[in-house]
Amino acid sequence: MKANSLTLHPLLAALISGGMLMAAQHASAATTITIGTVNNGDMVRMQGLSKEFETAHPDIKLDWVVLEENVLRQRLTTDIATKGGQFDVVTIGMYETGLWGKKGWLTPITDLPTDYDVDDIFPSVRDGLSVDNNLYALPFYAESSMTYYRADLFKEAGLSMPEQPTWDQIKGFAEKLSHPDKEQYGICLRGKAGWGENMALFTTMVNSFGGRWFDEQWKPEFTTAPEWKEALSFYVDLLGKYGPPGASTNGFNENLALFNSGKCAMWVDATVAGSFVTDKSQSKVSDNVGFAFAPHQTTDKGSHWLWAWALGIPASSKKVDAAKTFIEWATSKGYTDLVAKKEGIANIPPGTRFSTYSAEYKAAAPFAQLTLDSMQSADPMDSSAKPIPYVGVQYVTIPEFQAIGTQVGKLVSGALAGQMSIDKVLEDAQASVSRDMKRAGYIKD
Amino acid sequence: MMLTLKQTRQLRTFLLGLLAWAVGLVMFFPIFWMILTSFKTELAAFASPPELFFTPTLENYVEIQQRSGYFSFAWNSVVVSFGSTIIGMLIAVPAAYSMAFYESKRTKSTLLWMLSTKMLPPVGVLMPIYLLCKNTGLLDTRTALVIIYTLINLPIMVWMVYSFFKEIPKDILEAARLDGATPLQEISRVLLPISKGGLASTMLLSLILSWNEAFWSLNLTASKAAPLTALIASYSSPEGLFWAKLSAVSTLACAPILIIGWLSQKQLVRGLSFGAVK
Repeated sequence: MKANSLTLHPLLAALISGGMLMAAQHASAATTITIGTVNNGDMVRMQGLSKEFETAHPDIKLDWVVLEENVLRQRLTTDIATKGGQFDVVTIGMYETGLWGKKGWLTPITDLPTDYDVDDIFPSVRDGLSVDNNLYALPFYAESSMTYYRADLFKEAGLSMPEQPTWDQIKGFAEKLSHPDKEQYGICLRGKAGWGENMALFTTMVNSFGGRWFDEQWKPEFTTAPEWKEALSFYVDLLGKYGPPGASTNGFNENLALFNSGKCAMWVDATVAGSFVTDKSQSKVSDNVGFAFAPHQTTDKGSHWLWAWALGIPASSKKVDAAKTFIEWATSKGYTDLVAKKEGIANIPPGTRFSTYSAEYKAAAPFAQLTLDSMQSADPMDSSAKPIPYVGVQYVTIPEFQAIGTQVGKLVSGALAGQMSIDKVLEDAQASVSRDMKRAGYIKD
Repeated sequence: MMLTLKQTRQLRTFLLGLLAWAVGLVMFFPIFWMILTSFKTELAAFASPPELFFTPTLENYVEIQQRSGYFSFAWNSVVVSFGSTIIGMLIAVPAAYSMAFYESKRTKSTLLWMLSTKMLPPVGVLMPIYLLCKNTGLLDTRTALVIIYTLINLPIMVWMVYSFFKEIPKDILEAARLDGATPLQEISRVLLPISKGGLASTMLLSLILSWNEAFWSLNLTASKAAPLTALIASYSSPEGLFWAKLSAVSTLACAPILIIGWLSQKQLVRGLSFGAVK
């Protein structure tokens, strides 16, 4: 008996010490947070620099899930709606932040440290990411839209681009600079169907022609007001006559490739493209790019958009503290300084903070001042000359807009491709959007 | 000038050969272009007119390995596609055996019913399957993908094995039975050796289908179980031109299965054209 108890002791001791060791290891184990994000230059840069974060915070490990934009949106919606808890940090746009924040799908971001300096963030961006004055995501980079043009071609033709062109002036320039025989097209614009593709640009066009998506009773205005028809006729005519072939399938990337290879005399698109078109490693025309405000027509209200890519924390995350530490780091002034130091000041994430626009940055990035001015003047609360019941410049912040915007986007793209007449497009859009809005309960009979 | 019968035949063979080559080249062209683009710089990747001759670079491949760690994705692909294929075969062979050799009046409708499960678009069952995986703790695990791929490919596997077994005369099995073979021995000693080629092509097809499957792998995995299809998707960019890198990652993802397919094309062709020449 005694011998037995003696032999048991070392075993017990080993078990207990082993257990304690495991517990100690567990206690010191790092928290791993999973970040769902998209693949673009700024995000890739953040992924590369995140090692610095891990060194500074040895108790937090980062797991990256990079997905295509639409897949990411679908994944996040499924995960958040079912409380799957697969993601601790999510990359979302302004549109989702407003909607998801309202539904309680995101953790409100409160108690930001003083040195984070939340007041340094542009008010328009901060408002776009807030619901009832509560921030639901922190902005990583933000953009508006502007006009890019080939200064060399303008000079050759004896033309000069005004700082704030109208769409009519743009058409005049496009006519003079279009030489399809030399594969040089007057203008490149988005034509690919999608609420975030052609409809982002086309909605700003409708706004600048004085139109709006919905009247105060949430009734669509495709056929009941003249602006949609004017804008659509103008767009189809402009791009049909002076645009590249197959314009109805061109999105941001396709137009960027065309512009960078010297095939477009003008291009109206996101301000974030400024750093791409001036980057020697990816643009053949980097030395000859000029910048102007996005065109307006009868009004400049809503003529340029506002968008931000932001980092939020789903309400289903169980690692909120670690996730918050990370998003604070990635959107801080310190991170901007880190990018400037490691990758050059022209590569810092644009459009979110006043402090970004230092004299040094403006000198390195010729498009910086225009981006700054466009960002500050874009107002999602007041994006049309007429009164609007919704928030958003190039989109409408209602859950139904993704489907509605893409449906109308397909019709607009069809008109551009010559498959449908302009009247038929507008009639179809009026019928289908009215039906959707009735079904969703916005329009009461 | 009149052609002799032999000359006509030769001409026909030559023309058919030419046509086959032309069709083959057209089908291979996108893959060829993808491989070519993967060795270009980003600037050269979207050059117009496209550059056929250029100084090749390995920078895209280096960056992919640095940024994403190709091998963990590749390992997930291997485990998931081989796992689902092996489990699928273990179920498909006995199922096809019973249907081919002990046919009942419901066999045909059972086969059709199995195939009908392939007609539902996958997204229709996304939510139930997502919730099932979530509640059983299988989200972002290779187990979930193995189970789903097995279920997805099973109807096709059963159909294929069934058609191979159908070709084998029943008498051979009866002879084995007279010699005292049990059903298991019938399968392992008689059926499997005879239908080796057919089974190999079934396995290959299942491997390829599982390797290339993207819908479920994108929706059910995050960082731990993501296979190569998820790696490709991660290089598609909403804002920015990364065509060369996208081509490089696609080349890396296709390469293993392309090589396996190349090495076993004989079995694959036999399996795929089976029944067509009957």
